[in-house]
Amino acid sequence: MTSRKVAKRGFNLDYVMWLFMRLSALAMYAVGLTGLTAALVMGARTQTDLSTLVRWTFFQNPSHVFSSDIVVLDNFINQFWQIMQITMVFFGVTHGLNGLRIVVEDFMGSTIWRTLWRGFIFFAWIFITLVAIYVVLAS
Amino acid sequence: MALNRKVGFFKGLKYKGGGPMWAWVLHRTSGLAMVVFVGLHIIAGFLTQQFGSEAGIAINTIYENDIFQLVIFFLVIFHAVNGLRVVILDLITPLLEYQREAIWLEWLIIMALYSLVIFSVLHDVMMG
Repeated sequence: MTSRKVAKRGFNLDYVMWLFMRLSALAMYAVGLTGLTAALVMGARTQTDLSTLVRWTFFQNPSHVFSSDIVVLDNFINQFWQIMQITMVFFGVTHGLNGLRIVVEDFMGSTIWRTLWRGFIFFAWIFITLVAIYVVLAS
Repeated sequence: MALNRKVGFFKGLKYKGGGPMWAWVLHRTSGLAMVVFVGLHIIAGFLTQQFGSEAGIAINTIYENDIFQLVIFFLVIFHAVNGLRVVILDLITPLLEYQREAIWLEWLIIMALYSLVIFSVLHDVMMG
């Protein structure tokens, strides 16, 4: 098994994705803390349990929040939270599948399996992102 | 001189990397676990929302299990806090000198957050 080929230093895909992993982590912190704060302000202090609080933190779409016991959901059903949710979905899914790519490529040489895995991960990325955005917009 | 990469799983576990190594191992496994859970959850949500599918509901029922919640909360909190350590140490390089202290601080924060989770989950179990 040959070692993984490492690209030349400088501005290339590996560098861009390295930076993306850091920045998307910070972006997810920002969206998550916004959702958590807003949820606490809008009534989660007294009316809810841990799972619902986490739903509001990470996935602020109405279909999630419908499964909770909050009475007034109006504050959570608007375009602002759909945009927040789509941001979270995009960063989360991309971060996750790029992480999968990094782990997989640590165990692959430059073989046909790496190409197949890359193709699979690329299509999984497109598919899951589109499905998630559809769920957010349809709920 | 090339690195010997033919190292088996159990031999790899004996590597004395200490705190940073275990953080790295846990970061990878928790990341992979979350890819599986979140990916399945998105697809299950789609199936339930669009078709009222039994399979979607069955997957989401697993997520409400108490043991599952304890595990997934640990993975998420660890991945988030460890990721924040990696981001801070990578983007502010002089701090790399304090790697060991950063890992101690990280575990303190994880324990504080996770004890809240344990309290909340146990509270729900006890109170029905």
